[in-house]
Parts: sequence; structure tokens; C-alpha cells
Amino acid sequence: MTRVLLELRDIVKTFGSVKALDRASLTLRAGEIHALMGENGAGKSTLIKVLTGVHAPDAGTIVLDGKPIAPRSPREAEQAGISTVYQEVNLIPTLSIADNLLLGRQPTRLGWIRRRELVRRAEAAVARLGLEIDVTRAVGACPLAIQQMVAIARALDIRARVLVLDEPTSSLDEREVASLFELLRRLRAEGLAIVLVTHFLDQVYAVSDRITVLRNGAFVGEHETSELPRRRLIEAMLGRDFGDEADARPAAAAAATGKRLLEARGIGRRGLLSPIDLALSEGEIVGLAGLLGAGRTETARLLFGLEAADSGAITIGGQAAVLRSPRDAMGKGLAFCSEDRRAEGILPHLSVRENLILAMQAGRGPWRLLPRREQDALVDHYIRALGIKAPSPEAPIHTLSGGNQQKVLLARALATQPKILLLDEPTRGIDVGAKLEIERLVRSLRERGMSVLFISSDLDELVRTCGRVAVLRDRRKVGELAGDDVRPDKILSVIAHEHDAA
Amino acid sequence: MSTTRPDPLHPDPLHKLRAYFAGFPLLWPLVGLAALLLFNVVYHPGFLALEVRDGHLYGTPVDLLHQGAKGILLAIGMTLVIASGGIDLSVGSVMALAGAAAALLAKRADLPLVAVIVLPLLLAAIAGLWNGLLVTRIGIQPIIATLVLMTSGRGLAMLLTGGQNPAFDRSGFIFLGNGHLLGLPFTIYLVAAALTTAGLLLRRTALGLFLESTGDNERASRASGVDARLVKTAVYVVSGVCAGLAGLVATSNIKQADPIRTGEMMELDAIFAVVVGGTALTGGRFTLAGSVVGALLIQTLTQTMFYLGVPPPIAPVPKAIIVLAVCLLQSAGFRRDVVGLVKRPIRR
Amino acid sequence: MSRLSFAATAVVLVLLFGTASWLYPGFLSARVIANLFGDNAALGIAAIGMTFVILSGGIDLSVGAVLAFTSTLVALLVTRHAVPPLLAIALGLAIGAAFGAVMGAMIHRYELPPFLVTLAGMFFARGMAFVLSLESLGISHPFYRSAATFGIPLSAKATLNAPALIFLVLFAAASCLLHATRFGRDVYAVGGHEPSARLLGVAVGKTKIAVYALSGTCSALAGVVATLRMGSGNPAQGTGFELDAIACVVIGGTLLSGGVGSLAGTLNGVLIFGTIQIALVFDGRLNSWWARIVVGALLLLFIVFQKLLARAASRRA
Repeated sequence: MTRVLLELRDIVKTFGSVKALDRASLTLRAGEIHALMGENGAGKSTLIKVLTGVHAPDAGTIVLDGKPIAPRSPREAEQAGISTVYQEVNLIPTLSIADNLLLGRQPTRLGWIRRRELVRRAEAAVARLGLEIDVTRAVGACPLAIQQMVAIARALDIRARVLVLDEPTSSLDEREVASLFELLRRLRAEGLAIVLVTHFLDQVYAVSDRITVLRNGAFVGEHETSELPRRRLIEAMLGRDFGDEADARPAAAAAATGKRLLEARGIGRRGLLSPIDLALSEGEIVGLAGLLGAGRTETARLLFGLEAADSGAITIGGQAAVLRSPRDAMGKGLAFCSEDRRAEGILPHLSVRENLILAMQAGRGPWRLLPRREQDALVDHYIRALGIKAPSPEAPIHTLSGGNQQKVLLARALATQPKILLLDEPTRGIDVGAKLEIERLVRSLRERGMSVLFISSDLDELVRTCGRVAVLRDRRKVGELAGDDVRPDKILSVIAHEHDAA
Repeated sequence: MSTTRPDPLHPDPLHKLRAYFAGFPLLWPLVGLAALLLFNVVYHPGFLALEVRDGHLYGTPVDLLHQGAKGILLAIGMTLVIASGGIDLSVGSVMALAGAAAALLAKRADLPLVAVIVLPLLLAAIAGLWNGLLVTRIGIQPIIATLVLMTSGRGLAMLLTGGQNPAFDRSGFIFLGNGHLLGLPFTIYLVAAALTTAGLLLRRTALGLFLESTGDNERASRASGVDARLVKTAVYVVSGVCAGLAGLVATSNIKQADPIRTGEMMELDAIFAVVVGGTALTGGRFTLAGSVVGALLIQTLTQTMFYLGVPPPIAPVPKAIIVLAVCLLQSAGFRRDVVGLVKRPIRR
Repeated sequence: MSRLSFAATAVVLVLLFGTASWLYPGFLSARVIANLFGDNAALGIAAIGMTFVILSGGIDLSVGAVLAFTSTLVALLVTRHAVPPLLAIALGLAIGAAFGAVMGAMIHRYELPPFLVTLAGMFFARGMAFVLSLESLGISHPFYRSAATFGIPLSAKATLNAPALIFLVLFAAASCLLHATRFGRDVYAVGGHEPSARLLGVAVGKTKIAVYALSGTCSALAGVVATLRMGSGNPAQGTGFELDAIACVVIGGTLLSGGVGSLAGTLNGVLIFGTIQIALVFDGRLNSWWARIVVGALLLLFIVFQKLLARAASRRA
């Protein structure tokens, strides 16, 4: 039994009228990987921020190695040996890797930075992770996975005893996740205590030793991973029995019954996507699977006119269509939900109502403003239909949780009465409950005759929702599965085909 | 950015009321304006007095609106540009440019009055279009893009007038800045018309929504089918036209063109007015009413300084202090600090 | 990308200077080069401070006003109150630093936009300059008389005067500060991505206040240099000066968004600016208003050029 290294006990944190943490606790042992789980709004991020000095708790204690600590800034937490790698990698993109690694700790002589020594120490730090990269390169020029490794290297270089990873795998592909986990296991063997905050159940079961569950800001329970079945974990997180949905069998093969709505032949753009063929019919959900960077988002963006195709043709409803802008696409009955909610989705300071009606209003043009009464009715309808939880329709959308924001964006797309819906990672970064709700919703759209293109990195989710799955690799379409072939292992093998040979 | 999220599972029933007061953007600038007016009334009883002479209404409130007309016109255009996420530093120079063109045209007796008014406005619109295209087509940051015209605009105006200050006698044009209609200065009607047009266009159509969405998140707006590029270009054109109109008024006021002094420092006053009025410099939500209050605040300040006998070059000092005070009051952090400072001795 | 931008700036400078030398006989001479540094010393000094501020992601519009205030203050103290010049100068610099620090504190603590705070600062300083004196004040003092003739001779006809020397020394010191100290790295970090800098443990507040204090000091020093050049203090001078300084920094390759840029680039920008001014004087045909138009056009041309370069670079990547 390894010793207890870090203990957070009965942490309370209130922001204004919102109690984010209501006696939350976490016990961390040296040499273990500990998963921190809970729905959105459960308090995971807040607890981490308390641990790393970003917020001061209103009550409760933090004890590190037997001594109580109260870090009042990230720097103090770092000095105490607690280091965090955030989901949005917190490095300076315009500075070099070496500069980032040793920011604030650069070797100096009489105030002058010793550059050669700086580079040497940086190279040593990344070598420890098995990385061989040019440390003078700007961080922003490196792929996200490398950036995350650099962030971890920095944490180690600071001689952290506790490493906190907040959603480290959201933007990594399977290969990168595997190397990250290998690294974590190595660090665990060296005695490091690792806190892993993540939504991905598979990953939790793959790599963690223990799980702590938070719900509504309170501590619900701590379990050995090997002794906690999936269903019980989800129940603990949601506080209710979820039935068979989480272990749903693949959806029965729903043959496309309706007519061809969209047909893309040889659609592509130099440097973005090799020409691919894709067809969408009434009443079907087509999945798009592949590793990060395979070209799935690019496909959707080309279809929606966010990028201009320089090859191929699209026919919609039997007629040739040239889609050079989202307005063209919307005019032809398409709607799109971007994968990047924050950058391309929400209008943060505008109200839920304004966010919801925007696309529909854009379709009507500036001169035909929808009367307020009708706006309110429309918003009411979707709030009820999608179960959107918001203090009021006039509340700024940034006050909503990620899952509810996603629902508003979905409503925005649906409000345009599209015939074809393009969804790019609609359930990313959303708690299990909302995730399943959205999946259920998407399946119901099929019954209304809509055609949906569903992009997701979650193979189980694709299997639960789609009748047909197209597979992309390296910006090319490499296969398509339908009916009983729509299974996680089959999809994976199509993605991986030729991969091992390389 | 708010880190406090109301618990989505327990919506706050008082939320609407709380938001109304906390988010009432006009509160602080109106307080500032009221305080200023009060100060003046105390110092000069009769400050707010109005009297009728020769069928015209006279008095300080009328003066404020008349002198402040140029500032309000600029503030209208500037509000829209700032709402789109940009800024327009060239408005002062465009005023000078439009004024120079107008003065030269006014001297030509063969040109109809309509031409004297419309052609300079067209020139101003082209200047605005120039700015808009630099920002949207070439992708230059608004500060720099409009800086170019700000630096060269007056030079161009000087070029037009050959370094002179051409004076004119055109009664129709002179009426614009000096005439009276139904007892009130014509400029007040001009401003009212501009405000009404802007208000109707922005709130009775979806243009206001598209502008706010473009300023709040341009990429998301574009992905929702809003023609963000057109919106951004259009606001610069509008700002140019507003500046042109203000330039016409200024030139008409002094019955001559003055390329060097017309509109001097006025872009800064306009930016101040918009920000004091409650529109954030980062773009998104905007309030025309707030900008009008802001412009009136600045004009009242100028007038107050004049009455107090403060030499004009020193007038900017209290202006800066008051504008900063209003902005500080708008900052929640400042209010917290002040409250904390007051509470400390009490707690002891 | 920034290296490419800097190279482009250098190329433009060489081209400009070369064209002018070809067009106007006598342009390429030690005297012109010495004057290039001497006449634009104030601008260069202000641009140095501005570079730090812009690199940190902010902007300082109070530069011209602080320049005017300092020059008036120094002139007033020396002429009317018999304060020793060096003491007056020290006081002016201290006030400039304090002024900048206060602005920086407001910007950081209350999260007010830098544009706005320094704009208010500009109005305030300008007005205070006129409070000190409504008119220009001539300075006659042995220190100033000897300072006017002080210089390092480059050749028979060319001398690097006191302002030029101050500029060059400041440039060297500032370059060391920016490129070789932890503080310099912190400035780049804050400008590169402030939230990350905070999480990485950078003292964001102290850094921001420091850069504005630095800019205030540089603006004040520019005012001192102005008194050296003109032998007087003038509360009306320097209108629009900050925009010239920003132009130099931007032309030099520093991004307005922060995090990218260098002092060497700013130096290039200042020299380009100065070359244009001197070329116009040599031409003799064009009046001063043409200078404004030409500067505006060149600024535009250069920025478009930078944009095209950036687009080509990203396409290649």
C-alpha cells in the first residue's frame, strides 16, 4: 500500500451565489494514477484550480506530505511540487520550446541569460520524455501532441511530485494517447502521483488505478478502478440508473430508405482533402471516422462552403450546387455544427435567444427580422425539446455549461429547418448525461427524414448512432462500412489498415 | 469574463432582476452626466435656464446639443465600428477632408446645393470604404489601417485647398450649421434624424444583431451564414459618412474650410464617448444611447471648463480625469476595492 | 516569420537609402547619417519604450504628451526656479516613470483597455504641460550651451550629437534588457499569451507595470532630448508623436497583438522614417504636408508587404 502524498479535505468554494465545491475531497497516493471524474459542473476544474493555487478555498484543507499548504498562486503551487497541464495547453506559442520550459527559471549570470546552458537544459528535459525535437523551435509551430509533451516536460523539470492533467487527451489521436499513457505509467513507476481529469471512460479504465467521483461539487466516492464496473461509475456520476444505454449494442442496420439528398463526387481541395465521394440520403445517419487530421472536419467544411473546393461536384436534390460560402450551403438546406464551440460556435456575450436564432435570421436576410414574439416561441420550443438548462433565454450563453451550450448550437442548426445536418464532434467535452441525450436526439432526427453526417472520435458513439460509417485516413477516404459491419473493432481495423505496415 | 456560472440545475429566479441592475450599462455615464450638470447648476444658478429670444430658444442646454452635434455624429459612426471589433482613428481627418471639399464646392455658384452637400459625403463614404477594404480584404488591423488615413487625410485636404482656408458665402450651406428651424438650431434636427435612422436600421432590422454577432465572434457568425465581411466594411463606410456630415457642420459653422484644425482631436473624443457610454472596445454588444450620453458628457465637460475660465489647452485635464473615473466605476474590480477600503475601518 | 519580416524591413531601408542617394547628390554622407540619428533621437527613444509596451500586448498613446510635459517641466525648473539641469532632468524622468507605472497599474488591476487608459493619460499629461506653462520656454544655461556642442565627431563635417549618443546608448541597454534577461522573456510571454504566462508563474502584473513605467521614462527622456535639440521646452509639441512611434515599431516587424518583434526592427523603422524626412528636405520641392502623405503611403505599402509575406510563409508551411 503506497503512502498518501496529498489530501484535499472538505474543500468549499463559492462564486457569488454558486457553490462550485461543497465539501469536495481527494486522496492521492505516491506512485498512482488517479482519475477525477464527474459531470460538467461537478467541480472537477474548480478543485484542480484550488489545488494549483488559482483559487483560494473558502474552507477545507490541503495537506501535502503531512504538511498543510495553502498555495495562493500557480507559482506557489509549483514551488510546493504540484504542477498542472491544462486542456488548453498553457504555453506561450510565440516563444521557443526552450524558453517555455525554463520560463522564470532560466540559468543566468549576473542577470544575463546564458543561452547555451538554457538550450542544454531544455534538451535534457525533453530527452527525459524520449522526445527528440529542436528546442529552439516556436511552440506554436509544433503539433498539439508535442506541445502537451513539452508542458509535461516542464512539470517534470520543476521536480513536481504531483502532476495534474486536465483533459489531456481531448485533442490527441489514438496513437498519441497511447504514448502519453506509456509515459504516465513510467512516471508512476518513478513514484509520481498523477491526477487525471477526463471524460473518456475507456481511457480511465485503461490507465488509472483509482477513481474519485464528484457530483454537484461534493465528494461521492473513491474506488479502485479494477473493482468498479462502468455502469456503477456512470451511476455515481449521474446519481441515477442509466439503463442499458451506455452499453448499447450497435444500432440495427437502418438501410437508407429515402431518396438521395446530397451526392458529392470527387470533392476535394489541394492541401486540404484528396477528392472523395460521399452520399447522404433521407433518413440516415452517416458517420465519419478516422484519426485526428484524417480530414473529417475538412470534409464537413468543404460541404458547407466554409472552404472552397477546387475539384469535384456536388449535387443536392438532383441539381448541381456550387457552395462557396455558408450562405450558399444554408440556402440549399444544409446546416453545420462546428467542432470548436468556443472559436466557431458560440457568441459568448449574446443571449441564448440570439445565439439560437442567428443562423435562421441570417437565412432570412437583414430586412426581415423575425418578430420578437415568434423568436420567444421558437426559443421556448427548443429549450423544451432539447432540455436546455439556462437561467433564462436572455442569459449570456457563456454562463451555460458546455453541454447546454452545445445544445443551443444544435438548436441553432435545427432552427434553419435543414434537410442535411453536418455535425462535427457534437458531444466533445460534454458530460455523459448530455452526451447520451444528444445522441438520442440525433437518432430522432432520422425519423423526421433528415440526413445527418456525424463526425466523432468516439467509436462507440458512432456505432450507437450511425447506420453507415465512412472512414478517412490521411485526407483520403479509405473505406465505408454499413449494416452489421458497423462495429468498433471493424472501424478500427479499416483506420489502421496499412498503418502497421508503414 | 465571468467565472461564476449559475448552477444550471437550479436557475436563479432573481437572475433577471439582478442582471437588469448590474448590467444596466447606461447607469454610470448617466450618473456622470447628472453629477456634472448638478455641479454646473450649483456654480451657476440658471445654468439650465432657457429663454426665448427672436423666436429662437436660447440657453445652455440648447448650446450643449448644438455644439455637441458634431461629437454625437462622430460617436454614432464610431459606436458601430467599435461594435464590429474595430476602431476608426481617421474620423477627424475625414471631417477636414469633407469640409475642404464642401467649401470649394460651395464657392461655385453654378453648383446646386444638393451637390455641395452630397459630393463631400460621397467622398467621405469612399474614404470609409477605403478603410473598410483595408481591414476586410487585406486583413490589416483597424488601428493601423485607419492610422494611414489619419496621417495622410489632412495632407490630402491641404492639397485640395492649396494650403488655404477657402471661405464661402453660400446661404443654403451656411444654414446647415448655423440656421434655426422652429426655434431650435438646425443641427439638433440633423442629429435627431441621424440617430433615428441609425436606431431604426439597427433595431428594426436584423442589422444590429448581425453587427453584434460579428463583433462578438466573427468566425461563429460567418459559420452561421452572416456576411461578416460586408458588415465590417459597411460600418467603416457609415463612420466615414458620419464624419463627413460632422465635417460639413464644422465647416458651415465657421463659414470656411480649415484643414488643419477641423476635427482636431475629435476622434479621441468620439472613442471616449463610445467607451464611457458602455460599449466595450473589444466589440459585440453596443448601445447608441450610451454613446450619445457619452458625447453629451464630454461636451458638457468642455462647456463647464469654458465657464470656469479654464484656458482651453488645459481643459483636457479634467476631461481625462472624469472619463477615467467613469471607466473605473464601470470596472467591478474598482468598485470592490473602494468598498473594501470603506469597510475596513468599520470592521475594526 | 519574424526573421523574414526583419529582413524585409532591412531591405526596405537599404532600398530607400539607396534610391535617395541616387536621386539626391550628397545624400550618402557621414553628415546625413549623423543627422539621421540626431534628428530622430527623440522618436527613436520613444519608439524603444513603445516596443516594450507593444511586445507585452499593450499600447501607449501618452508618449507625445509626456514628451511635451517633460520638456516644459525641465525648461520651467531650469529657467524660472534655478534648479540644476541634471536634477531637473532626473525629476522629469522620475515623474515619467511614475506616470507610466500608474497607468500600468490601472490597466492591470482593473483590466481597463490600454488604449483607453493611455488615451486619458495623453489628455492629462498634455493639459498638465499647459498648466506648467501656456507658452514655449527658452532655456539658457551653461549646461545646455555645452550640451548643444557636445558630440563625437565622425568626420570633418559630421558629429554624433548628444541626442544621438543618448539614443544609441539607450538602444544598446534596452536590447540587453529585452533579449538577455528574464524580464525580457517575461515581456514576450505576457504578450504572447497572457493567461498562459500567468499559469506558468510569470509575474504578469509586475511585468505590465514595468513596461509602462519604462515607456513613460522613455517618453520623458525623449522630452529631455527635445530640450537639448531645441534649447526650449514647449507644451504644444509632440502632437501625433505617439503615432509616429507606433508606425516605426510596426514597420520594424513587431506585431500589434504582441509577443513577436525586436528592438533591431524598431531601429530599422526609425531609420526608415528618418530617411524619408531627410529625403523630402533634400528634394526641396514638396512641403511638409507631403511628408505626412508619403509616410502614410509608405506605412501602408509596408504593412501590405508584411501581410503578403506572412501569407506566403503560411502557405509554404
